[in-house]
Amino acid sequence: MEPLLAITIGILVAAAVYLMLARNVLRFIFGLVLISNAANLTIFVAGGLTAGAPPLIPAGAEAPVDLVANALPQALVLTAIVIGFGLFAFALVLMFRAYTTLGTLYSDDMRVAEPRPEPKDAP
Amino acid sequence: MSWTLATPLVLPFLVAVLAFLTRSGPAGRWVSVAGNALLLVASIVLMTRVLDHGVVAAQMGGWGAPFGITLVADYLSAVMVVITAITSLAVSVYALTDVGGRKEHLGYHALFNVLIGGVVGAFLTGDLFNLYVWFEVMLISSFGLLVMGGTRAQIDGGVKYVTLNLISTILFLSGIGLIYGMTGTLNMADIARTLPQVENQGLVSVIAMMFMVAFGVKAAVFPLFFWLPAAYHTPAFSVSAVFAGLLTKVGVYALIRMFTLVFDGDVAFTHTVLLWVAALTMVTGVLGAAAQSDMRKILSFHIVSQIGYMIMGLALMTPLAIAGAVFYLVHHIVVKANLFLIAGVAERITGSTELSRIGGMYKSAPLLAVLFFVPAFSLAGFPPLSGFWAKYVLVAAAIEDSGWIIAAVALLVGLLTIFSMTKIWAEAFWKSHPEGTNPALSLMTQSERRHLLTPIAALATMTLVIGFYPEPFVTFAKDAAAQLLDPSAYMQAVLGVPS
Repeated sequence: MEPLLAITIGILVAAAVYLMLARNVLRFIFGLVLISNAANLTIFVAGGLTAGAPPLIPAGAEAPVDLVANALPQALVLTAIVIGFGLFAFALVLMFRAYTTLGTLYSDDMRVAEPRPEPKDAP
Repeated sequence: MSWTLATPLVLPFLVAVLAFLTRSGPAGRWVSVAGNALLLVASIVLMTRVLDHGVVAAQMGGWGAPFGITLVADYLSAVMVVITAITSLAVSVYALTDVGGRKEHLGYHALFNVLIGGVVGAFLTGDLFNLYVWFEVMLISSFGLLVMGGTRAQIDGGVKYVTLNLISTILFLSGIGLIYGMTGTLNMADIARTLPQVENQGLVSVIAMMFMVAFGVKAAVFPLFFWLPAAYHTPAFSVSAVFAGLLTKVGVYALIRMFTLVFDGDVAFTHTVLLWVAALTMVTGVLGAAAQSDMRKILSFHIVSQIGYMIMGLALMTPLAIAGAVFYLVHHIVVKANLFLIAGVAERITGSTELSRIGGMYKSAPLLAVLFFVPAFSLAGFPPLSGFWAKYVLVAAAIEDSGWIIAAVALLVGLLTIFSMTKIWAEAFWKSHPEGTNPALSLMTQSERRHLLTPIAALATMTLVIGFYPEPFVTFAKDAAAQLLDPSAYMQAVLGVPS
C-alpha cells in the first residue's frame, strides 16, 4: 500500500510543480490544490497505514482490543484539509479580484506594486 | 497555574470578537486599545512568573504531555510575548487615526487582534502541529489586513504575498507529517528527546532543511524573501508596521526554536547553511534597499537585511551569539515598527513616501525629525542606541568564534544601512519640499497628533532606554540563550521528567 501511495504523492507533486511554474496565476492555484493534497497524503502515509481496522473500541472495553489504525494522522489531515480549504477559497477570490482590478492573470504583467524602472533618456 | 499562560492567548481572540461586534461605531477601536493594554498586563504577569520560576508549562485540557497540547514559556517566549503586546498596543493607538471608517467597518480591528492572537500562540505553543495552526491563524488574518481596501497595488502585492506564503505552509505541513512518522510524537520537547534515537539521521537533516525553507520563507531570508518587498509597502501604515515588527520575527523565532531544540544533531551541516543564508540575506537586503527611492520600500528591504543578523546569531550557535540574536529580535521589533509608523506620519504631512516628492521636515517638523533620528540610527547601529549593542554583541560573538568573514560582512552591512538611513534623512528631512510647502505637524488636528505621535514617542523612548541601560537586557538575553542551548529545563517543564 505504501509504495502505491508514495508514487501517487510523487505524481501529484510533479503535476503541481508543473502547474505552479506557469505564469497564469489560476494554474498556480490549481497546482496549490494538488500539492496540498499531496502534503495531506504524506502525513497520512508517514503516520503508518493499517488496512481494514478502524480505531473503534468495542462496547464494554476500555481500550482497543486488536491492532487498529492510528487515528492521529487522520485528525491532522482533517485539520489540514479544513485550513487548506479556507486558504484556497481566499486565494481563488483574490485571483478573481486581481483579474478584475488588474485586468490580467499573468504574474509577469502584475507590476503595479513594483513597477519597472522607467527607461532613462539617452544622454 | 495554567491561566498565566492561557490569558495572553485567549485575550486577543475575545477582543477580536468584541471588536467585530462593535465595528460599526467608534467603540471598536477603543475596545482594541483597551484589549491590547490588558494583553500587555497579562504578558508582564507571564514574564514575572517566568523570571521567578524558570520555564513555565501547562497542559491544555488536562491531557498530559506528549498527548495533549502543551503551552510553554521560557525566557525567549516570554520576552517575545511582551514585545508583541507592546507593539500591538502602540499600533492599536496609532490605528485610532490611521485606519478610516470603511476599513473599520470591514472589521480591521477584529482581524488585527486575531493576528496578534496568532502571533502570541506561535510564541507560546510547545506542539509542532499547534504551531502550524497558529501560523495559519496569523496568515489568514494577515491576508485580510493586507488586501483590505483593495487598491491595485494592494491586490498586486497580495497575490505575491499569498502565493509564496502558501508554498511555505505546505512545506511546513509535509515536514510535520514526516517528523511525526519518524518519532511518533508532535510535542516539540518529546521530538527533541526521541529524534536522536532515530536510525536514519540523514533523513533528519532532510527534514531539517524542509523546516528551514518553510520558516525561511516566513522570516524572509535570502533567497526566499521576494514576497516581502512586493507587499509591505502597499497596505495601511499601521498594518505595515505590525507586519514589519512581528510577522517575519515569528519565522525567526520558529527557526531559533527548532534549530536549538530539535535540529541540533548535525550542527556542522545545518548551521553552516544558516551562516551562508545569513550573510547573503544581510547583503542582498541592504543592496536592495540602496536601489529604492520610496521610504516604505527602503524600510521593507531593511527588514530582510536585519533578519540576516538574527540568523547569523543562530548560525554561530555559541551562547554569546544566541544572546545577540535574542537581543537583536527585541530591539528590531521596536525599531522597525516605529519606523513604519513614522513613515505614516511623514506621508500624512507631506503627501507621499516617495523620496523625490517630499522634503522639508527637518525645518518644519523638527519633533518628527528627532523621533525619526532615534530608531533610524539605532537600526544603523550608532552608539549608544540599542542597535549598536545588538550589533556589538553579534560581532563580538563572531570574532570570538573566529568567524572573521561573517563579522566583516555584518560591519559592512551596518555601514550600508547608514547610507540608506542618511538617504531618507537627507531627502525627506533636510532638503526643502519640492513644491515649496512647509509640511508641519500642525497640519494635523490635535487628536490626530496625539494618536499618531504618542506610540512613536513611546517606542523611541524604549529604544533609548535599551540603548542607555543595555546591561539588564543583555543579561536577560544571555540567560535566554543559556536556556535555549541547554534545553533540559524546557524538556523537564514540558514532559515532567528529567531528560
